[in-house]
Amino acid sequence: MKSYIYQNPSRATWAEDYSFLNNDINKGEGLATNKSYLKVSDLNLYIHKAHILKNVNLEIPDKKITCIIGPSGCGKSTLLKTFNRLIDDTEGIKYEGSILVDDTDIFDKKTEITDIRKKMGLLSQRPCPLPMSIYDNIAFGCKMHGERNRKKLNQIVEEQLKAVGLWEEVKNRLHAPASKMSIGQQQRLCLARGLAVEPEFILADEATSALDPISSKHIEELFVKLKQDYTIILVTHTLRQALRIADHVIFMYLGEVIEAGPADEIFNNPKQELTRKYLEGAFS
Amino acid sequence: MRLKFIEEKIAKGLMVVASLAVFAFVVNIIYTIFRRGIPALNWAMISQIPAGGYYNGGGGGILNAIVGSLYIVLGSTILGLLISIPVVFYLNVYLRKDSKLAYIARLAFDVLFGIPSIVYGAFAFTIMIYLGMHTSLGGGILVITLLIIPIFIRSMDEVAQQLPKDLLDSTYALGATKLETIKVVLRQIAPGIATATLLSVGRAIGDAAGVMFTAGFTDSIPTSLNQPAATLPLSVFFQLSSPNADVQDRAYSAALILIFIVLVISILGRLITNYFSKHKI
Repeated sequence: MKSYIYQNPSRATWAEDYSFLNNDINKGEGLATNKSYLKVSDLNLYIHKAHILKNVNLEIPDKKITCIIGPSGCGKSTLLKTFNRLIDDTEGIKYEGSILVDDTDIFDKKTEITDIRKKMGLLSQRPCPLPMSIYDNIAFGCKMHGERNRKKLNQIVEEQLKAVGLWEEVKNRLHAPASKMSIGQQQRLCLARGLAVEPEFILADEATSALDPISSKHIEELFVKLKQDYTIILVTHTLRQALRIADHVIFMYLGEVIEAGPADEIFNNPKQELTRKYLEGAFS
Repeated sequence: MRLKFIEEKIAKGLMVVASLAVFAFVVNIIYTIFRRGIPALNWAMISQIPAGGYYNGGGGGILNAIVGSLYIVLGSTILGLLISIPVVFYLNVYLRKDSKLAYIARLAFDVLFGIPSIVYGAFAFTIMIYLGMHTSLGGGILVITLLIIPIFIRSMDEVAQQLPKDLLDSTYALGATKLETIKVVLRQIAPGIATATLLSVGRAIGDAAGVMFTAGFTDSIPTSLNQPAATLPLSVFFQLSSPNADVQDRAYSAALILIFIVLVISILGRLITNYFSKHKI
């Protein structure tokens, strides 16, 4: 069966732009043998009376890019915010089931919520730098977790800024306000800030949707680079983005996981009728 | 010409008249104070305490009131900030948006905001009697703190309610506890704190009714919290009550000094606000 991917004429151009990525993605092999760090079992989530997430069972493969796709309001972002329990602050929230991160149930009463969050770097839709200098944005998290040594902090700031390709652009104005940077730079700074507290996961909630195409491309390239060391979970509205960088895809609809699996399987050979229709653009 | 353009012209005219009226008031007040105050202003006014018979035309100055007012403003501003920042932080970070407690608390602060200072004065006076205190600098600081806390809280709260949810989420995502977000929150609402401080200082230094009962009035400079303290507004009042025209003119120069102090504090406040706003996102 031919999927829409190959019928889409623009695919060729994207494939050229991102041919450097295709070497190591969309293979999907060996997923089953990977140890999964994040496992969701029978997750049900309610806000007031509304049943937002229904019976979600998932495994997120280690050191891969997992894209969560689905139409607006299907619960993608809610699921993502459940992973680091940012959802806790919502009024009328109630959940059942379990999410295991490194064999720790994050809903367990003994689990320290700050430990869970420290493990999960978050990149939000709009870049949200802290109201401080570029330097302090990155040092803030480290200081909070007890790092006081100036030299060490300088080193971390430099390292993380280099990791996101910002170092050359900002090394002469590290103490300028972060709010003065361009929006694309701000998003990379936010990524660096998250990396500085040494997370295992990167959660990105439509992290490129507010950015211009060049900045988005930067961020996507970073994700591909970073997956060597981090497990990346990406909520995205842009199918093309998922196509470009996903190793693993989760398709959600009305709070349920309809289909999950290796990217090329989902995109080329979806098992569910609903997934096929969504990919063909029958609804969005 | 079409009707809506005529309406536009009339409305614009009214706006100009209203703006000019306000401006005229300000000019008039300043002119009056300058006209009567400048001739009476001299170095002795701001460098000496009242000599004997000052209020009947004797020598000396109003250093007692200048220092008393500054003490009270400084003390109450610091106390007020120490009390109101935790309140604002609690309301906006710990309580949810739909919290009943937050609603009731905000309502209470609105009510407190509207209470005239004489009532605060009377209230504090009763407490002071109960505690066996007499009129003193400490009492004055206490009542002015009570008076400005609602101003502090309300104006900081306005800014804190605009805190972006994403900003708090980003901070939590780094593994911060609610308390640890305070550094981020304070930086973000810093301009609000500065504005609140300016408003509070303005009200604190200009208040006469509250301190009348509690700080009292004296011709000397207080050296401890137990001693009564003079304040500029009361000094203006006492001098203006004198039948002697020269002493009345001194009241205007005291008012001039009061305005000057407020002006200096406002300009300083602006500069400080600008400095702290540079990181705001």
